[in-house]
Amino acid sequence: MKLSVWTYEGPPHVGAMRVATGMRGLHYVLHAPQGDTYADLLFTMIERRDRRPPVTYTTFQARDLGSDTADLFKTACQDAVARFQPEAIIVGASCTAELIQDDPGGMAETMDLGGIPVIALELPSYQRKENFGADETFYQIVRRLAVPMDRTARPTCNILGPTGLGFRHRDDVTEITGLLADMGVEVNVCAPMGATPSDIARMGAAHFNVLLYPETGEAAARWCEKELGQAFTKTVPMGVGATRDFVAEVMALAPHATRPSEDALRLPWYAASVDSTYLTGKRVFLFGDATHVMAAARIARDEMGFEVCGMGCYNREFARPMRAAAKEYGLTALITDDYLEVERAIEDAAPEMILGTQMERHIGKRLGIPCAVISAPVHVQDFPARYSPVMGFEGANVIFDTWVHPLVMGLEEHLLHMFREDFEFHDAAGPSHHGGKAVARQDSAGALPRTPGYLEKDEAERGADVVTWLAEAEAELKKIPFFVRGKARRNTESFAAERGVREISVDTLYEAKAHYAR
Amino acid sequence: MTQMPPPPATGCSATPVLKQRGQREVFCGLTGIIWLHRKMQDAFFLVVGSRTCAHLLQSAAGVMIFAEPRFATAILEETDLAGLADAQDELDAQVAQLLARRPDIRQLFLVGSCPSEVIKLDLARAAERLSVAHAPHVRVLNYSGSGIETTFTEGEDACLASMVPVLPETDARELLVVGALPDVVEDQMLGLLRDMGIERVRCLPARRADDIPSVGPNTVFALVQPFLGETLAALTRRGARHIPAPLPFGDEGTTAWLQAVASEMGVAPARFAEVTDAPRARARRAIAAATETLNGKSVFFFPDSQLEIPLARFLTRECGMTAIEVGAPFIHQSIVGPDLALLPEGPTISEGQDVDLQLDRARAARPDLTVCGLGLANPLEAEGLTTKWAIELVFTPVHFYEQAGDLAALFARPLRRKAKLRLEAAE
Repeated sequence: MKLSVWTYEGPPHVGAMRVATGMRGLHYVLHAPQGDTYADLLFTMIERRDRRPPVTYTTFQARDLGSDTADLFKTACQDAVARFQPEAIIVGASCTAELIQDDPGGMAETMDLGGIPVIALELPSYQRKENFGADETFYQIVRRLAVPMDRTARPTCNILGPTGLGFRHRDDVTEITGLLADMGVEVNVCAPMGATPSDIARMGAAHFNVLLYPETGEAAARWCEKELGQAFTKTVPMGVGATRDFVAEVMALAPHATRPSEDALRLPWYAASVDSTYLTGKRVFLFGDATHVMAAARIARDEMGFEVCGMGCYNREFARPMRAAAKEYGLTALITDDYLEVERAIEDAAPEMILGTQMERHIGKRLGIPCAVISAPVHVQDFPARYSPVMGFEGANVIFDTWVHPLVMGLEEHLLHMFREDFEFHDAAGPSHHGGKAVARQDSAGALPRTPGYLEKDEAERGADVVTWLAEAEAELKKIPFFVRGKARRNTESFAAERGVREISVDTLYEAKAHYAR
Repeated sequence: MTQMPPPPATGCSATPVLKQRGQREVFCGLTGIIWLHRKMQDAFFLVVGSRTCAHLLQSAAGVMIFAEPRFATAILEETDLAGLADAQDELDAQVAQLLARRPDIRQLFLVGSCPSEVIKLDLARAAERLSVAHAPHVRVLNYSGSGIETTFTEGEDACLASMVPVLPETDARELLVVGALPDVVEDQMLGLLRDMGIERVRCLPARRADDIPSVGPNTVFALVQPFLGETLAALTRRGARHIPAPLPFGDEGTTAWLQAVASEMGVAPARFAEVTDAPRARARRAIAAATETLNGKSVFFFPDSQLEIPLARFLTRECGMTAIEVGAPFIHQSIVGPDLALLPEGPTISEGQDVDLQLDRARAARPDLTVCGLGLANPLEAEGLTTKWAIELVFTPVHFYEQAGDLAALFARPLRRKAKLRLEAAE
């Protein structure tokens, strides 16, 4: 047993739902107890879908346990096919049904369902999670329905991996489809998102595949490579450099392709403009799914000029590439699905900004660190109405805005330094463009407003082995803007500890500042 | 002022109930934890289940999960399924770790789930063993919130019923009010009863372990929620007596509920009127504001929480709505009987669900307002129906006089919004 409050991924059958809900003309018959329909809410509420997910749950109850559950499953299959008339169905079990051993796949295959393809899913609920469920489901569908065929006359590709409930999948697909069109490459089939089973059957006509989301499309991409002779792109086009690399890959796969226009790309100039100078060396911590974290790390370091001070992912399937990527940044990757471990790592790294998931947003809130969301799992506000891809050139523009927004703007940061003793304009008031109530500054005799988190830990909490701050030095530390104060405290303490200094004075603080100057 | 219609001749007491079995679009009882852990301030809820259970809780709890929640899931792993002997040891270890981390916890609930029940993990025995191990500081109880056993609010019923056998014994004549209410509503209720001279009132669940009520042959109890059938039975087994009454929704429901309690406790009619006249008038005024929108509109209830029958009674009798179908996941006749008797004849009363057939009925009826869960709300809106999502009725203060206006407004708001939004070009 593992004690868990918060889980980054749902169970694997939720991944299968993401594939079914992303597609059209496919129905999922899920052997599951009453109550498992809660997952519908993820699609109807978080993604704001305007129809029910194409999932029939058998919703068995205690009184059905025994031989009855198998009949329930068969009836559910027949009713679903009669009512929804899908082109194909996928069948499987949720974690509870896995325990009662009804074998949905075996049962459905022996039934007369009018000859439509029945694809059985084996999703081990007690070992694997949501992303595996999506990847495996899509792979089984492709393996069952796709066949080798003549290539289209014009250069075409398939886009693989976008699903229901995917972080920005809707707009990424639009953006990359546009980018490919600009290069003279048409999209043959985009799947699972938007595809029908008969579209899957046409996948073989494409010249190559674009793998947008390795987490949910890699198994299918590999199968297509082996069975349909289609190479697939290895670079995920997120960020300017990665998009240019992706373009080069596509040009190698489609010899007639032309270079796309970069007229609408604004990130490079925005990052070069003088107001962005203050971004230089800002320490960021990245966490999320491996694909988004690895892409974000490159953007952070090479395109925004940040320093990546920690990175990791929650999906173990990608631990190896993640570790290799982290090495390039001189870091050890954090591979965990325990948010408390992530919280500890963030406290230790003391970053100035977190790029993560919904959980890291809350961790950031608790510790008083700005945060932007770069990866699922996300809440309803990250399924925006406006066009917001994170891939391609417009995606780069979106990323620049999204990441800079939580930070204090350059000029503002500068003024805070100048007027750090100001009575109205001080760090406790927070960034001017965020909803926060202006707090009047306490005079030096009164207590300063405390910000939560590690920035203001009590002496008692910091343990006896820590050096002591003299009152004057503590007061001086309070004058340092809040967004660097935590780091200044740590730097000063380790500087003092290294030199055997037991009491930190104002001088020690400035000695350390000079030592660590960047 | 809205004139209250006279009670119907027979109401829906004798209406045959449409019972359908099939697919159900409902929550399991684990969701009760979301509001129970807020109510019981020193209780911790440990679900023994799968990743699905953890995922459900976080989906239902939304952002609350980060306010240092007092609930968690012990996720079963492959090794736990292989052999049962060590599952108990695993559980002991998890609980010890948990209680070491949270010394403020006084009551621990081991909550059964579908997976734990299918593999027949004996949580009752585990609770007994752990109670001994962690006595006297922590008391460990067990109940099932599994989908195979419980629907949505039945999780609260199972939780309260698990507490009843271990409540201390008393011979005192006391009133016990049963059902988790928001603190503000509970305080209003206690205030009304106190003003009538009823001083000895206890609540189940209590806010803290120290305030746990006693029960015995002289205890009388009233329910403020309709879904407490198991708890009613458990209290009856302890010798306590149930006071039947309509549920305290709206002016009429609240007055009838208070009247039943007051009669039982020997409150003089003059005193009763003195205490209730002013809040009744306030409630009626507040309801009247929403009634402008609701009057003459039809309503269709999908089953969700068992609150459907008393709420349909409120909307039809106090807000002028017409009920087309009132669906409940389960109907406890002994609890909602008084509400059924007041519900004007006409609607289909359904128990259980075959969701696709019920959706067909709703589409055919085209009700003005459809009360349903979040899995159906947006899809029905997209089909042009106006919906009110049902879960809010469990999470929002809606009982007794001062909330009567808010309750009516919850139903009026979607209709007002529908009338407000204009997106066509201004020609």
